[in-house]
Amino acid sequence: MSEETGANAIDPNTMSIIVTKGSLDWAYPPFILGTTAAAMGLEVTMFFTFYGLPLLLKKMDLKVTPLGNAAMKMPMMGGHMVMPNIVAAIPGVDAMASKMMKNLIKKNGVASVEDLRDLAIEADVRMIGCQMTMDLFDYQADQMIDGIEVGGAATYIEVATQSHINLFI
Amino acid sequence: MADKVLDAKGLNCPLPILKAKKALKEVPEGGTLEVLSTDPGSVADFQAFSRTTGNELLEHSEEGGVYTFLIRKK
Repeated sequence: MSEETGANAIDPNTMSIIVTKGSLDWAYPPFILGTTAAAMGLEVTMFFTFYGLPLLLKKMDLKVTPLGNAAMKMPMMGGHMVMPNIVAAIPGVDAMASKMMKNLIKKNGVASVEDLRDLAIEADVRMIGCQMTMDLFDYQADQMIDGIEVGGAATYIEVATQSHINLFI
Repeated sequence: MADKVLDAKGLNCPLPILKAKKALKEVPEGGTLEVLSTDPGSVADFQAFSRTTGNELLEHSEEGGVYTFLIRKK
């Protein structure tokens, strides 16, 4: 018997995303794909764990760091600049790079992560926060946005068994 | 003349698609939505959106950096 037939067939229009990174740059792919999939009629579940969990905080304060990020080439004076690690390690450089990135985001008509998260909520994307991460990094449920669920690995695995597309970001 | 027009000029991926999906809710079944966009990526994306959702892309064109899409709601 084919796996795709019968009562246990997986709906092709289902997707799950494990969100493990929460910096300003890495916050984009899961929210862009999650919202777009929902707009294309897919049922989407996002599971936020480890450094991805703070993306569920009511107040997000996202930053990007050029430290150790050789692929981060910021457009500057008509060219592209990679910041040497010794410069990137100086206090205040992260804040400056984050500000630059946010300016680029605005200038290019790219949505903010906050906006994308609102759109995901509006599109009924199911969001699950990892309980273990909440314990580990001392986050309380009341710090998180409304409407999310809390669960663990088994909760995610159950979702994954029912999803046609499963991404890890 | 489309039933609804969405001006998504100046917006980048994935906002034209997300806003189009929202705007389609206000279009009657079989009705049409016209989307204006300046995002070159939206050309491939609206085709993919239409193929996946079944909303038909009736026509698309470009003039002076502005892309126009006409979508018929399923």
